[in-house]
Amino acid sequence: MSHHETLPAGHYHHLEPEQAYHSAKLAMWIFLATEIHLFGGAFCAFAFFRWRYFDDFNHYAGQLNWQLGALNTLVLLTSSWAMVRGVDAAQKGLNKLCGRWLIVTIILAFVFFGIKAIEYSTKLSHGIYPSTHIFWGLYYTMTGIHALHIAVGIGLIYWLYLLTKKERFSTVYYTPVEVIGLYWHLVDVIWIFLFPLLYLLGGVGAGAHH
Amino acid sequence: MSNDTNHHTDKHSGDVNYLNFEKGFMSWWMSIDHKRIGLMYLVSMIFFFAIGGLLALVVRTELMKRGQTIIDNDTYNMAFTLHGVIMIFLFIVPGVPATLGNFLLPLMIGAKDVAFPRLNRLSYWVYVFGSFFAFLAIYFKLDTGWTFYSPYSLRNAPAVMSATMAAFVLGFASILTGVNFLVTIHKMRAPGLTWDRLPLFVWATYATALLQVIATPIIGITLLLLFLENAFGIGVFRPDVGGDPVLFQHLFWFYSHPVVYIMILPAMGIVSEIIPVFSRKPIFGYKAIVWASVGIAAISFLVWGHHMFVSGMSDFVRYLFSFLTFFVAVPTAVKVFNWVATIYKGSVEFTSPMLYAMAFVFLFMIAGTTGIHLATLATDAHYHDTYFVVAHFHYTIQGGAVIGLYAGLHFWFPKIFGRMYNEKFAKIAFCLLFIGFNGTFLPQFVLGMMGMPRRYADYSTFSNVDTFEYLHFISTCFSYINALGYSLVLVNLGYGAVKGVKATANPYNSLGLEWQTPSPPPHDNFETIPVVTDWSYGYGEEYSDHDHNGNKKVVAKPA
Repeated sequence: MSHHETLPAGHYHHLEPEQAYHSAKLAMWIFLATEIHLFGGAFCAFAFFRWRYFDDFNHYAGQLNWQLGALNTLVLLTSSWAMVRGVDAAQKGLNKLCGRWLIVTIILAFVFFGIKAIEYSTKLSHGIYPSTHIFWGLYYTMTGIHALHIAVGIGLIYWLYLLTKKERFSTVYYTPVEVIGLYWHLVDVIWIFLFPLLYLLGGVGAGAHH
Repeated sequence: MSNDTNHHTDKHSGDVNYLNFEKGFMSWWMSIDHKRIGLMYLVSMIFFFAIGGLLALVVRTELMKRGQTIIDNDTYNMAFTLHGVIMIFLFIVPGVPATLGNFLLPLMIGAKDVAFPRLNRLSYWVYVFGSFFAFLAIYFKLDTGWTFYSPYSLRNAPAVMSATMAAFVLGFASILTGVNFLVTIHKMRAPGLTWDRLPLFVWATYATALLQVIATPIIGITLLLLFLENAFGIGVFRPDVGGDPVLFQHLFWFYSHPVVYIMILPAMGIVSEIIPVFSRKPIFGYKAIVWASVGIAAISFLVWGHHMFVSGMSDFVRYLFSFLTFFVAVPTAVKVFNWVATIYKGSVEFTSPMLYAMAFVFLFMIAGTTGIHLATLATDAHYHDTYFVVAHFHYTIQGGAVIGLYAGLHFWFPKIFGRMYNEKFAKIAFCLLFIGFNGTFLPQFVLGMMGMPRRYADYSTFSNVDTFEYLHFISTCFSYINALGYSLVLVNLGYGAVKGVKATANPYNSLGLEWQTPSPPPHDNFETIPVVTDWSYGYGEEYSDHDHNGNKKVVAKPA
């Protein structure tokens, strides 16, 4: 990251390219810490109410479709893998290959949305709303905020895809792909915590027959 | 730091600088120059400070006499709520970091700009955008108090949703600034500017930025939950369906206690910069002040429970929070000792920035020691929700954060505008402000001790109504003097910015890096990136062969 003659014009007039690369990465790591705190508040609320309404929470957790949740976990993990392939391609300056992997990532994100939509609509059609119980209030809130992050991620990754079409990345400049990749992994990690917390903690299928 | 650059800076004063290198509204609105963004923040914030101040005068006037004086009870509730919301979220939380921090941080570390100039501009845009939601809350008649306690905040959904959206969006501006500053300080220091040479204002900004990024997301999720509670009834804060209002208080104060240190830490940094310059002595206990800043930031996360001593908590937890609250006073006291020791036997020059800085130390001492009364479990049970808390809070925030901001505004005024304000006028304004402030809030300590509850529009049914009325009357009269003082400061600084005598690059003969470039600075801050060879507090050390660590000095040469 040291030959700034090869960089696109107009970038970072006040920073050395290497400094810019490390700055962007540090900024994203700090931002990810704020994201963990954002979800952390909701996790605290969940822990508190689960402790207070233990039986209710186990009962309602059993009504969630854990098979669909597990499938979505798999989909999101796979999308993270596709993102890693995209970052790797960008670092090698292979814009076309990078673009393909980014599209795979986006498609998997939409698959996640599709499965989530099936889950939401099933619950709503059974008359289960955010106001039905605190469990459902927190379920809709936490998965909703997470889904919002997926939507933002899709937008960002599509922007990266457009940049690959313009051949913007090279062995010396791939910062945006790497930084947005970090964001995408965090969205994945948060789901990995949400899934057992919401779907599995009550014991799989505990309340299914109700 | 190097004085070699001094000789060529003066001749550039008044040439092309950041204020005049581009012209027109759009050149400001679209600017990514940290100095312009800081100045835009400053103008916006003073606008909101004026609105918040006028609302405070409305509140004070209503309380001047028993019974209804000028407004009815509901209007009173709205007035004190909006005073709080505007002053907290639109003025003092962005406060020093967004204004002086933006302006000074790159100058003080010898950089051309912050790490992410466009993110910086976005932060300002987000701030402006967020303020519109605050106006929406006014339109919907918000009257919950600035703390939005549930279940009171579940009765007027449009108003609370607008206000929480405003605070949520403003939180984004805060986080963006925090991320930007942390990265800037880590990655963009000039050659030779090691961590143990970093100016104390930069250290304070660093500790503040840590708080901004760690604490702000928590208020984000809390207000989001409150928003969703009002929109969909998710139940978490609604007691009639099993939700818990005390949980709201815990989440709210987990942010809102550290946030008072977001307000006060940068003001402490300003004072640490001003006192050595006008005492002509090196700062006493540099490392102690650095560790105190970071220590305050760390401990501030562990004290939030003291806001809920009477809300229902186990005794053990109350002891713990009480102890930790006492504990946070230790690093604060360390700083006070260091400031006083710096002044001790210095050749003190009582310029207006120095007067503000010394007023800060004095007023913050009162704020801190009355805080001890509130951290003590037994006395807090008596003082809780009385005017004692109101007085304590205003001593910390107005006497601390605002006076600190004004100290900094006067101190760096010649650097920002390249002109000087009227010094005599500044001192008169300071005196009015100081007398007005103390006259307003000292009686409120007494009111609180006598049991006058906060947030009440009227006190005519209390048995000691005569004393209450007497003290409220004094407080209100002095609040007008306080307001007059602030107005005079604005007139003086406003006039000085346009018509003042031209200032030199370094009017105080300060060693700070920001003074080694022209006033006002050019768009790129420095013609060449400076090389730093020593700390910036070596007053009286200029003629020594050794620096403050006892190491032999390397002669400064610009790169």
